[in-house]
Amino acid sequence: MIALIDIDIGNVNSVAKALKYLDIDYIVVTSPDELIGCDKYIFPGVGSFAVASRKLETSGLKLALKNAVLLEKKPFLGICLGMQLIAKSGEEGVRSEGLGFIDAEIHRIPDHLDFKVPHVGWNSVGHDCSGIFENVPLNSDFYFVHSYRMILKDKSLKCFYTEHGEKIIAYIEFENIYGTQFHPEKSQSEGLELLRNFSELC
Amino acid sequence: MLKKRIIPIVLIDGFSVLKTVNFDTRRNLGSPVTVMRTYNTRNVDEMIILDIDASRSNRSIDRFVIHEISADCFMPLTVGGGIKTCHDIENILKAGADKISVNSHAYQEPQFISEAAKNFGSQCIVASVDCIKNGEKYWLFRDNKMICDVDLFEWLLRMQDLGAGEILVNDAGKDGTMSGCDINLAKKIVDIMKIPVIFAGGVKSPENAADLVEEANVDAVGISSIFHFTDNTPNDCSLSLKARGIPAR
Repeated sequence: MIALIDIDIGNVNSVAKALKYLDIDYIVVTSPDELIGCDKYIFPGVGSFAVASRKLETSGLKLALKNAVLLEKKPFLGICLGMQLIAKSGEEGVRSEGLGFIDAEIHRIPDHLDFKVPHVGWNSVGHDCSGIFENVPLNSDFYFVHSYRMILKDKSLKCFYTEHGEKIIAYIEFENIYGTQFHPEKSQSEGLELLRNFSELC
Repeated sequence: MLKKRIIPIVLIDGFSVLKTVNFDTRRNLGSPVTVMRTYNTRNVDEMIILDIDASRSNRSIDRFVIHEISADCFMPLTVGGGIKTCHDIENILKAGADKISVNSHAYQEPQFISEAAKNFGSQCIVASVDCIKNGEKYWLFRDNKMICDVDLFEWLLRMQDLGAGEILVNDAGKDGTMSGCDINLAKKIVDIMKIPVIFAGGVKSPENAADLVEEANVDAVGISSIFHFTDNTPNDCSLSLKARGIPAR
């Protein structure tokens, strides 16, 4: 059973619909108790890092997720803001703490004449067609909508990039932790394939 | 590389799809769920759905309609119509929207854009601005009237400064006319804006959409009439862009 983490930062229903369409069992989880019995987690989000960080803390989900993901090693997929929240800290609004699953920080994409911020729209991701990208055509386009991006401290982690004025981390993988800066649930069949692959991880 | 987007815009009056001409004359086009399903099977880049009667009727767009139309929609969905509070935004996002378009309330209370962007992130907030050309000048257009004390370009910059993540410009003078869009206006807007610009109003053909992107460098083209009333599809527009070497999906 997949736990779909809902801390009131929007977008949960979009992912829920995609899972339902794919016939994947899930429950929407808003408190630590409900995580019991779930073997995978999807954490979607749009919105502000600072607000989400506060809600993770007050809901008690921060500690519960840390235990489940870091100690019990259950597969975790963060989407968009959900991916950014696996970093140690973010500077959106005020500087605030993330889940700290990986050594990374979240910073605003610098303004650039030809590359607008937010980075909104379909952009190609250079991936290797393996793991959760299995059966996804090379250089597929995925839907991005974000103003902040992940800056990785640990350069050895597996990442795939997209181009928008600079190389932006589009996907990150570390042991049982997966993150997509793009929205698989909004990326038509290629995105749905990725969600299906995640649900089939052991 | 980031692709230029072709975005069908669907207008509703609460429950039915309609299409206006110059924001006025209406033609009813049936159920939003059916229209959305068609676009979904056509694998479009994105959708915008606006309830054009919500503000006037002092309500917000019906979230059950959004819930229903987004049930099998696996593309980005921007929703607008009578959005006045962060609570409204939360409800619509929960119903399946990805981005929220704010128009009337931004005019009544500009700070709302800032409040919304703080709570949901700039990328979630689309400032929708209606405008009209009079002589050589462009003005805001509200409730079928020109607002002659607000310069369009100043207003757009203000929306950007307040934290909007995207701008949706609707050229009311061209709306529903299928007479070709005002590329000069689009260019003027793109030249001053730092955030992505979706330009809508008057697109007459896939080639015209490509002209708009090629000459004005808009980030996205919003289109209604030619999809409702002609054989042209969103894919025809994408192909037209690609034929000129413009990145499209």
